[in-house]
Amino acid sequence: MSPQNHQHAPLRLADEADAAAARDEAESGQHRFDEIIADDSRIEPRDWMPESYRKSLVRQVSQHAHSEIIGMQPEGNWISRAPSLKRKAILMAKVQDEAGHGLYLYSAAETLGTPREDMYDQLYSGKAKYSSIFNYPARTWADVGAIGWLVDGAAIVNQVPLCRASYGPYGRAMVRICKEESFHQRQGWEILYSLSHGTQEQREMAQAAVDRFYGPALQMFGPPDGDSPNSQQSMAWNIKRFTNDELRQRFVDMIVPQVEALGLTLPDPELKWNEERGHYDFAELDWDEFFAVIKGNGPLSRQRLEHYRSARDEGAWVREAAVAYANRVSQEQDRDQAALIGA
Amino acid sequence: MSFASHDSATRQSQGEAITAEEIAASGATADEATARYALILGDDALMLSQRLGAWVSRAPELEEDVALANIALDLLGHARFLLTYAGTAWGKSEDDLAYFREEEEFRSCRLVEQENGDFGKTIARQLIFSFYQHELYSRLVHSTDATLAAIAEKALKEVDYHQDHAAQWVLRLGLGTEESSRRMQAGLDSVWSYVEELFTDVEPITELGDVAVLPSTLREPTLNRLHQVIEQADLSVPDMSGAHGADRSGRHSEQRGFILAEMQVLARRHPGATW
Repeated sequence: MSPQNHQHAPLRLADEADAAAARDEAESGQHRFDEIIADDSRIEPRDWMPESYRKSLVRQVSQHAHSEIIGMQPEGNWISRAPSLKRKAILMAKVQDEAGHGLYLYSAAETLGTPREDMYDQLYSGKAKYSSIFNYPARTWADVGAIGWLVDGAAIVNQVPLCRASYGPYGRAMVRICKEESFHQRQGWEILYSLSHGTQEQREMAQAAVDRFYGPALQMFGPPDGDSPNSQQSMAWNIKRFTNDELRQRFVDMIVPQVEALGLTLPDPELKWNEERGHYDFAELDWDEFFAVIKGNGPLSRQRLEHYRSARDEGAWVREAAVAYANRVSQEQDRDQAALIGA
Repeated sequence: MSFASHDSATRQSQGEAITAEEIAASGATADEATARYALILGDDALMLSQRLGAWVSRAPELEEDVALANIALDLLGHARFLLTYAGTAWGKSEDDLAYFREEEEFRSCRLVEQENGDFGKTIARQLIFSFYQHELYSRLVHSTDATLAAIAEKALKEVDYHQDHAAQWVLRLGLGTEESSRRMQAGLDSVWSYVEELFTDVEPITELGDVAVLPSTLREPTLNRLHQVIEQADLSVPDMSGAHGADRSGRHSEQRGFILAEMQVLARRHPGATW
């Protein structure tokens, strides 16, 4: 055996041994993972998990985070014009909450090994998706109410089951987010209630906002079950608990009595109680519009993205300064420590 | 009357924390001069809150969206307390005063009305104003007017965070990169000529004795502390005298009208409506 071969042989053996060990680990990891899912228990960041599970979660959690961030824009644009100081304070706190939700969610996604910066880049480049509802304009003060009531309402219906999602950090983030979202929905409902019990003009403003946001809010649950390719796997992994259509139905059943209490109507002539099903029937939604908006052709898709990009661009020098300062301070600390040891 | 709360400024404590509604319900009535003083303080807080609110969704980092919104929210809270209290003198609500006064009836200083500019300019304005407010409220807690003292006590805890936030950023921007140092200096240069107005003894403060804090007495301690931070950040204190017209009258400002046009537009389109 030549010296060369002599060196190679054990290396090859070691490679094979590593590969075998990795295979064993994957096998026992998969076994353990399957057990946890079957027990309806929780996967934690250090647990082994299939790559596809990791990828699917990063996609879902980061999309959710992006939705919170872009979602700050439509309502944020009313902070300066809110019609009373109390409403201004409530709205400001709500939009601030959304930034906070974005932070929890980006942090949850980071535990899966994807840096926040990468997720920002995906949103910046336009590759990442976010909830299409935020590509619609918030034109009137009543829209702020409709967004709170319908959009946050739909979000809650979607998110409450996610509190039990199999990935621990995501489920725990959702618990806190859901608590705050229920305040948001209540403030939206209250805005609409004040308007629908106010002047004729206020009432009309409220009805027009409900008319505009009803369809897009129902579409927040995603395409019909037949057109939702990711849903099944996500349910098998205990991330998602109910199908898009189930959640949509639950939402409609919830908002019908609420809209009656507001003294407003929903813009669907086919909406009626179905005794047999024990649910409300409602008309088919405009899915062509939905897919157009999803593909980036919503009324304000470009504006929302440009707003995000310009904030990112204009803030670059600030972030660079913060990093430079942190480096400088840590170098100074190292020097001080070295001087201390030298002394 | 007791609004005093010894809780953390950031905790929402039921019952103990002062609210605009409690001030309105307390039965305390400001006299004319005290009310006009409360307007001076309240209008400053309102205008700066309005400016800072525009940063939400535009900040350099997500954490900063949260921080600036939080500061804006604190200031809006102070404005609500002060305008509510001022309104007791004339039977007006906070919203009457915020939404239905004309430009020349506001008493805000020009510093808080300045446009946000870049982050450096916003932080320069924050540094100056939060240091000034900290000195002011540290003294106003001893006001002989119980409501003003209670408002000052609540506000002081929050302003403590605001000045820390501003000073931390001034250090980072001043000592960070060449560009950040240049921009931070430009920010200071841009707003510095409006510093003097903060320390001008306008009426009715001169007639209020121990109810109020005389602005001129805040000049030295505030400027000393400002100089310290600016020098620590390797920046220079701008060498300029105060801009003419330091009387909070609005006659020497172009910004106020734009702020109010936006802030008041919806409320004025529906006079008498409830929201």
